[in-house]
Amino acid sequence: MKLTVNGEALETAVTTLEALLAALDYEGDWLATAVNSDLVHKARRAEFQLSDGDRIEILSPMQGG
Amino acid sequence: MLELHGTALPSRLLLGTAQYPSPAILADAVKASGTSVVTVSLRREMAGGRAGEQFWSLIRALGTKILPNTAGCHSVKEAVTTANMAREIFGTNWIKLEVIGNHDTLQPEVFGLVEAARILCDDGFAVFPYTTDDLVVAERLLEAGCQVLMPWCAPIGSALGPVNLPALRSMRGHFPGVPLIVDAGLGRPSHAAIVMELGFDAVLLNTAVAKAADPVGMARAFGKAVDGGHEAFLSGMLEPREVAVPSTPNIGRAVFS
Repeated sequence: MKLTVNGEALETAVTTLEALLAALDYEGDWLATAVNSDLVHKARRAEFQLSDGDRIEILSPMQGG
Repeated sequence: MLELHGTALPSRLLLGTAQYPSPAILADAVKASGTSVVTVSLRREMAGGRAGEQFWSLIRALGTKILPNTAGCHSVKEAVTTANMAREIFGTNWIKLEVIGNHDTLQPEVFGLVEAARILCDDGFAVFPYTTDDLVVAERLLEAGCQVLMPWCAPIGSALGPVNLPALRSMRGHFPGVPLIVDAGLGRPSHAAIVMELGFDAVLLNTAVAKAADPVGMARAFGKAVDGGHEAFLSGMLEPREVAVPSTPNIGRAVFS
């Protein structure tokens, strides 16, 4: 399955959002995720099935004005 | 005391957390300013990265209220999604709503701003809209559910200070019961004092402190200027006059000729 994660093309065999985060070594409760421009709550990542072509954003806190 | 969305805040200065020389200087500047609210943002995290965690730990240790922003968003969809992601991470329904319409001036795209504000207010967010000094836009934002307005006084990061004082004065006059926060464009403590003397409730700034030669000293100076301007507003200032008026009484003055 081909995905775009934070703007980078990626090919993976994982099927859920939670598995994708684990495969890419993302961990911690300070992350927020969106798929195809919609928030996917932390509690829904395990059940969220990814589809070919999905665009995933993984964001964390940073400095801001 | 300043009250925003039911929260009493000892300080009338809201401070951004970007562009400081180091995390330690950021922390010291926040403390020196006396601020009760700091703004934060969201960005892509690198795989395996912990930059977000380190920053978030630093911010939580400051003990201030957190105001996440939607900086960099150019559409309603981007801003709404970013706000939802910020609410999940930061655990607050406060959001500084930015929908940018022009790359060069970073001017708010006010039509999208109103639309995004309505969506977010309906979804339970406490929206702090970064807007212009346009009165009609301000009315639309209030109709959309905003309880606070944050007009710019000059383009973000420009340090120009209030370039249209009559417009700011007019805004204050039109919305006497609405908390008004000047957001963006302040360069010097005197700029902050000027808008506070007009009766604005607070100021939000970042670059003027972070890029100063001594950010900690500048943060302290802004804190004093904001307090001074607010107290001056409350104390009733003398109106300017075109003629000289002696301050020392003439009564009892000696006559030597």
